[in-house]
Amino acid sequence: MGREVGQSRWHAVAVNGGLLALAVVALAPLLWMVSVSFMPAGQASRFPPPLLPSAATLANYQELFGRSGMARNFGNSLLVSAAITLGSLLVNTLAGYAFAKLRFAGRERVFQLLLAALVVPAQVAMLPLFLLMKQLALVNTYAGVVLPALASVFGIFLVRQYARSIPDELLEAARIDGAGEWRIFFSIVLPMLKPVLVTLAIFTFMGAWNDFMWPLIVLTDQEHYTLPVALATLSREHIMDVELMMAGAVVTVLPVLALFLLLQRYYIQGLLLGSVKG
Amino acid sequence: MSARLAGWMFAAPALLVLALFFGLPVASALALSLTDFDLYALADAGNLRFVALDNYLDLLRTPMFWKSLWNTSYFVLAGVPLSVAVSLGAALLLNAPVARLKALFRTALFAPVVTTLVAVAVIWRYLFHTSYGLVNWALGHLGISPVDWLGDPRWAMPTIILFAVWKNFGYNMVIFLAGLQAIPQDLYEAARIDGASRWQQFRHITLPQLGPVLLVVGVITVSGYFQLFAEPYVMTRGDPLQSTVSVLYFMFEEGFKWWNLGRASAVAFLLFLVILAVTTLMLRLGRRRDLV
Repeated sequence: MGREVGQSRWHAVAVNGGLLALAVVALAPLLWMVSVSFMPAGQASRFPPPLLPSAATLANYQELFGRSGMARNFGNSLLVSAAITLGSLLVNTLAGYAFAKLRFAGRERVFQLLLAALVVPAQVAMLPLFLLMKQLALVNTYAGVVLPALASVFGIFLVRQYARSIPDELLEAARIDGAGEWRIFFSIVLPMLKPVLVTLAIFTFMGAWNDFMWPLIVLTDQEHYTLPVALATLSREHIMDVELMMAGAVVTVLPVLALFLLLQRYYIQGLLLGSVKG
Repeated sequence: MSARLAGWMFAAPALLVLALFFGLPVASALALSLTDFDLYALADAGNLRFVALDNYLDLLRTPMFWKSLWNTSYFVLAGVPLSVAVSLGAALLLNAPVARLKALFRTALFAPVVTTLVAVAVIWRYLFHTSYGLVNWALGHLGISPVDWLGDPRWAMPTIILFAVWKNFGYNMVIFLAGLQAIPQDLYEAARIDGASRWQQFRHITLPQLGPVLLVVGVITVSGYFQLFAEPYVMTRGDPLQSTVSVLYFMFEEGFKWWNLGRASAVAFLLFLVILAVTTLMLRLGRRRDLV
C-alpha cells in the first residue's frame, strides 16, 4: 500500500512538472519578447544576454510608431482584418444557411464541390490571382487583400453545421405568416446563429491579421503593408536592432493574443467543429 | 420569393467570390503552367507561347527544384512525427486526473498557435543567435560550445523544425484532448481491475481508441507542413547554402522575383500532386487498418 501511494505521488509530480516545463517553453519566447521590447537600444546584444531591462524604456515603441511608420501598418492591418471579418461574416453566413436550410437545385452537388476544393492548396491560385488583380488594377490596394478573403469554404462549412439544428417548423411557420426570406434570415436565423458567428468572427479576424504570403505578394509598397509584411521587411533591414524588432513583434502579436484570451471558449469550439470534417 | 430562389440568392455571393478568386485562378494556373509566361509576356501577352509539358520536364531536370523538394520532405518527415508526438504528450498530461490548473495550462500551451508567425519567427531568430542568443548561453552552462543554429546548413532546418513544433503543437493538442475525453472511462476501469499498467493502458486502449483522430490529425498536419514558406522567408531567406529553400519558397522566387509565372505555376501543381499523393496514401493505409 505504502509503495502504491508513493508511486501515485511521484506520478502527480511528474505530470504537473511536465506541464509546467511545457508551459515555460511555450511562454518563455513571448515573455522574452516583451522584456526586450522595453530595453534601451543595444542592451540585448550583449553577453551574457540580460533577461530583464536594466531600466525600462518606451523608446523602442516611440521609434517604431514615429520614424519607422509602423502606426500606419497597424492601421492597415486593423482596416483589412476588420473589413474581411465583417464582409465574410455576412457572405459565409448567408451561404452556410442556404446550404443547411434552403432547398435548391444542385445544392448537394455544389457543396460536395466546395469540400473537394479544400484539398487544393491556396498557393496554387496565387500566381494567376496576382495577374487577375493586375487586370482589375487591384495590385497594391486594400481591396486586393480583402476581396479574395470574403468567402471561405471553412466558414460556410462551420455555419452550415450549426444552422442544421434550426428547426424547419420555425422557418415554415414564419413563411406561413407571410415573412419574406430576407426577413426570416435577419430576424429569426441570425439571432439563433450568434454563438457560431462569434466563433467565425474570431477565426476570420485572426486568420486575416496573421496572414502573410498573399499580402506579401499583392501589396507592393510600405504604405500599404500589413503588420506581418512590414515586420518581415523591417527585420531584413534592421537585423541588428533587436529591441526595436521586439517592440514590433509585441505590437503585432498582442491584438490577436488578447482576442484569444478574451474569447478562447468560442475559439476552441470552432477549432473542434472545424476539425471533425475529416 | 420562393425558398428555391432564395437558396441560390443567398449562396450566390459566396459562390461568386470563390469562383472568381479561387476556382478561376486554379484552372488558370493549370493553363499557365503549360505556357512560357515570363516578364516579356507580362509586358505584352503577344509574347506568350504554349509549351505543353516543357515546364514540368524542365523542372524535373532542375537541381534546385529537387533540392527544395528534399528540404520540404525533410521538414515534413521530421517535423510531423515530432509535432504530433509533442501534441499527444501534452494532451495526455492535460488529460491526466492528477493534473492541476488544467484550464490555465491549456491556455498557456495553446498561446503560440494564435501568435503571428512572422513575429514569433523574428523572436526565434534572436533566441537562436550564435553569439548572444539565450539558447547558446543556456547550452554554454551545460558545457556545449555555441552552435551556429541558423547559419550552419546542418542545423538550419532542424532549428526551423523546432520552431514549427513550438508554434503548432497546441493546435493538435486540443484536438487530441477532445479525442481522449471521448474514450469511455469503463475501458480503463476494466483494464485496471485486470492489473494493466499505465503503459499497457496507453498501448492497448488509448492508442487504438484514438486511431481515427490520429489519422485525421496526421493528414491535416502533413498537408500543412508541405506548405512551408514564411519560416524560411523570415528566418533564413532559404540560406545557408539553400538548405532551407522550400518548394513554396522556390515557387515564390521563380514567380515574383524572376517573373517566370509559367514555371512557378508548374511548381505549385507539382507540390499539389505530391501532397495529394502522400495524403491519399495515408488515408488508404489508415482504411486498411480500419481506422476510418
